[in-house]
Amino acid sequence: MKRIVHKHPLAIRWFHWINFPVLFVMIWSGLLIYWAYDPYKITIGSYTLVSFFPDGFYKFLNVPRRLAEGMAWHWVFMWLFMLNGLLYVGYTFISGEWRHLVPNKNSFREAVQVTLFDLGLRKTQPPFVKYNGAQKIAYFSIMLMGVGSVLTGFAIYKPTQFSWLTNLLGGYTAARLEHFILTLGYVLFFFVHVGQVIRAGWQNFQSMITGFEIVKPNDPKRPIMDKPVIPETDPVVTPVKPALS
Amino acid sequence: MSQSKEPNLQESDIPESVARRRMIKSFGWFALAAAVPFGVYEWVTHSPGAQGIRRPLRKILDANEQVARTYFSDTHLVPTFSVEAAAKQARVNGYDGIKTPIPEDWTLQIDRPNTESLALTIDEVKTLPKHEIVYEFKCIEGWSQVQHWGGVRLSDFMEKYKLGTRSGNAPNPGNTDDLFKYVGMETPDKGYYVGIDMESAMHPQTLLAYELNGQPITAPHGAPLRLIIPVKYGVKNLKRIGRIFFADERPRDFWAERGYDYYVGL
Repeated sequence: MKRIVHKHPLAIRWFHWINFPVLFVMIWSGLLIYWAYDPYKITIGSYTLVSFFPDGFYKFLNVPRRLAEGMAWHWVFMWLFMLNGLLYVGYTFISGEWRHLVPNKNSFREAVQVTLFDLGLRKTQPPFVKYNGAQKIAYFSIMLMGVGSVLTGFAIYKPTQFSWLTNLLGGYTAARLEHFILTLGYVLFFFVHVGQVIRAGWQNFQSMITGFEIVKPNDPKRPIMDKPVIPETDPVVTPVKPALS
Repeated sequence: MSQSKEPNLQESDIPESVARRRMIKSFGWFALAAAVPFGVYEWVTHSPGAQGIRRPLRKILDANEQVARTYFSDTHLVPTFSVEAAAKQARVNGYDGIKTPIPEDWTLQIDRPNTESLALTIDEVKTLPKHEIVYEFKCIEGWSQVQHWGGVRLSDFMEKYKLGTRSGNAPNPGNTDDLFKYVGMETPDKGYYVGIDMESAMHPQTLLAYELNGQPITAPHGAPLRLIIPVKYGVKNLKRIGRIFFADERPRDFWAERGYDYYVGL
């Protein structure tokens, strides 16, 4: 017999994996659109630290002169992005999954501890049920960012119809910048997320496909709340599951 | 936020063979599902073209237009600014349709069904009440600029010359069946042309403009008369109008033929 822990409900797995190609298309087509007017950069005085984006970057990704194509993909896949996001939020709320996801007052302290642990500056990480504090904050933020992308997106897609929204977001040019910054946030999240998933290992990764993880009783790799791990005789701390994945 | 305690994850004991079978099944579905995005991409990119983009994309863009025309208002006003906010040098971004000199004998030609076409001079156009607008002009490329334009309302113009209707009467908002569905415009050399849905053409902020920053507009900005239609991207704001006509089928549109959305309503 094997003991399994049911980690990700089927619906969550579908929402997660549908979102992956859909968000990919939104970011890629967004880049095709952004190319046509690409003024954003980070400067220190007159020195340009980062330019979004250098010509070589565009050429490498075959971006130039595809604005019309980019807009078409963007305005088609926005529906899938919104629908999937809406179903995800609705499901999370109705099923009670939100209790695993929404950060509470302890999450921020936990997130600091988890980060220290991940950096090797702390020997133990605080116990958690499904997601640790850092994960809760990251996953909840990414959901809020999705809402933000839809709102800033509508503010620049229909600035006359939603002029109240465009004004609320600081105007048309501000909304376009906000839409862009949120996208940078997804890209950043993506790299950290994939890195953490790799660190967390196969059992964790496959649970987003199968839904379950096989557990050994009193597995020190899985400190579960309410089930204190019985300290082994060996005082050496076994490396535990990385935090953000 | 979450006052209620986070529940523990459910656990169960299953035989190893069952666990293995479930795993194989899940990965099988995953592999099948992963093929879908590739299939969709192949299908779209191998579909026949429809005016510069693939047909499935064009169909959704047209569906988006229907959503906009069904659920959005035709009378929402574009936000306006004070005259001081307007750019002193309005940006010029394209020369299609105005690469040749302005014709010496320029008149505005208007095709009318069942009767001879009208030819109006700029002075005749200017007899209508002048309206000014300071608004954020938005280019489809993504840039925008606050600009100050002056001219006559297209709706006033159509009212005075009894245009855009099948009956030949002045347009009556209560009788939309009498209105043609589209207005078409093109430059004298036919190098640039746009089609505009009637609702947007009749919008109170849509102007036949002859002034920019209080001065007669210059050739690069579309002298002697151009369209200013704030509820659309710049691509619909045709410069140097040569001919106006009305139709129920979409008039050809320069940028829509090159893969852009036809409606581009903001």
